Amino acid sequence: MEGLAIKILGAVITTIVAFAVGMTYGGITRKLTARVQNRVGPTIFQNFIDLLKLQSKKTNIYHGVMGHFAPMWIITAAITVLMFIPVLHPGTAWYNSWFPNLSFHGDLIFLLYMMVFGSLGMALGAGQTGNPNSAIGVTRGLSQMVGFEIPFVLALVALMVQYQTTSIQDIMTVQRESGVWMMFSNPFSFLAALFASLGMFRYSPFDIVGAPAELASGPVSEFGGKYLGTMMSGGSIFAFIKLTLYVDLFLGGAYSIPELLIKTFALYMIPVFYGWVNPRYRTEQAIRYFWGWPTALGVIGLLIAIF
Amino acid sequence: METKKDSQTIAEYIKNWSRKHSLFVMAYGTGCGAIEIPATMTSRYDAERLGIRGAATPRQADVLLITGYLATKTLKRVIRVYEQMQDPKYVIAFGSCTINGGMYYDSYNTINVLEKYIPVDVYINGCMPRPEAVIAGFKQLQDKIARGDADNGTRYKENLDWYRANQQQVIKNWRMPDYNW
Ligand code: SF4
Repeated sequence: MEGLAIKILGAVITTIVAFAVGMTYGGITRKLTARVQNRVGPTIFQNFIDLLKLQSKKTNIYHGVMGHFAPMWIITAAITVLMFIPVLHPGTAWYNSWFPNLSFHGDLIFLLYMMVFGSLGMALGAGQTGNPNSAIGVTRGLSQMVGFEIPFVLALVALMVQYQTTSIQDIMTVQRESGVWMMFSNPFSFLAALFASLGMFRYSPFDIVGAPAELASGPVSEFGGKYLGTMMSGGSIFAFIKLTLYVDLFLGGAYSIPELLIKTFALYMIPVFYGWVNPRYRTEQAIRYFWGWPTALGVIGLLIAIF
Repeated sequence: METKKDSQTIAEYIKNWSRKHSLFVMAYGTGCGAIEIPATMTSRYDAERLGIRGAATPRQADVLLITGYLATKTLKRVIRVYEQMQDPKYVIAFGSCTINGGMYYDSYNTINVLEKYIPVDVYINGCMPRPEAVIAGFKQLQDKIARGDADNGTRYKENLDWYRANQQQVIKNWRMPDYNW
């Protein structure tokens, strides 16, 4: 019984931490973007205020069952995936260990499937709203996903083949024992995954899904109020998931929360920095981008891993 | 005298505080005034530091910003946009054209008084108002929200018949979908 209570506590705390970190990173990004544009910018907690406001909207338009479920779907998918991510290295000192939640052996392939689940919910929900912008946004999003999933999967497959494991924890253990981070021992795979992350975070030049001026924010264009707030929370948790996954796989994992924060923040700034100096791509340009060098790097990484 | 601000419950106070500091603006760029919006939003006047940010669609927006004269044809779209927004929603009318018709007061196809067609929270006068004035207008709206008496969405629904009658007076080919809000 006590074990169960601890597990539930672990799940709740992990979710809260992921949410808070994801939202704060978003806020810091807004502030930094403002500073780069020579503005003062909002506070770094602006995203929390926005969320509070969205949740306190009095009315919410109802667009049918799927439109109602989509935000819930997204946040459920986010929390489910989060449970399978080892946040810190397992089994270090008690004050440095984190709840294992559901992370088990063989979770990498499972994660690859589960990570698109949120997008699927978004696609179905956006489809039901019947807004043409949403439909265009969804097709763009799926095309972009086809683009960046290839280098991403190639990078992960290279790791799985080289170390004969599909477990994130095992890959973390390999790095701990050898003392070399994967980004140094498998640089090509790391680069491929890094390029894929540019598409994953959807900052420019890969903001072709949302494209506020062109598609009126795409899939979410018919979602306001609480729906939008829920989606925003789900998105923040997803950001934390992706960053933690990258840190676990390529940056040697983390031994304590401050270390995790430093590493994830450094990783998060890469798509943000890249976005500041780039305008938006068109869909086919984005796909060509991902199927060019990133995929080539992924293939090279895979070949090195095999031979 | 007890003002409305003092009688707010704590929950209401927090909600209004968040509403005040997070205004998603649907800038409906009618008329010449729209040219001041980029200046207000970008580096020099930076409205985002006050939590004001652009919204892409009416569903996500809190503030409808009408920037200038409204042709009857545009008014129809404005009403559609306004009705798609979610409560609580606010309208800021911008420029003399929305107040009394401005220099288009005798035009054959612009409306003169916006207040007759949708409820307006804050007027910013001037032809056209500078970004400082726009930000002052937003400040006024924020104060109104904090006081807890910016609830024109409800007022619109309660007096829908009156507004509809006015709207149909100027929009002759009234073919509009019904919204269930
Ligand atoms: S108030 Fe002046 S600037 Fe604004 S729309 Fe009217 S004429 Fe143009």
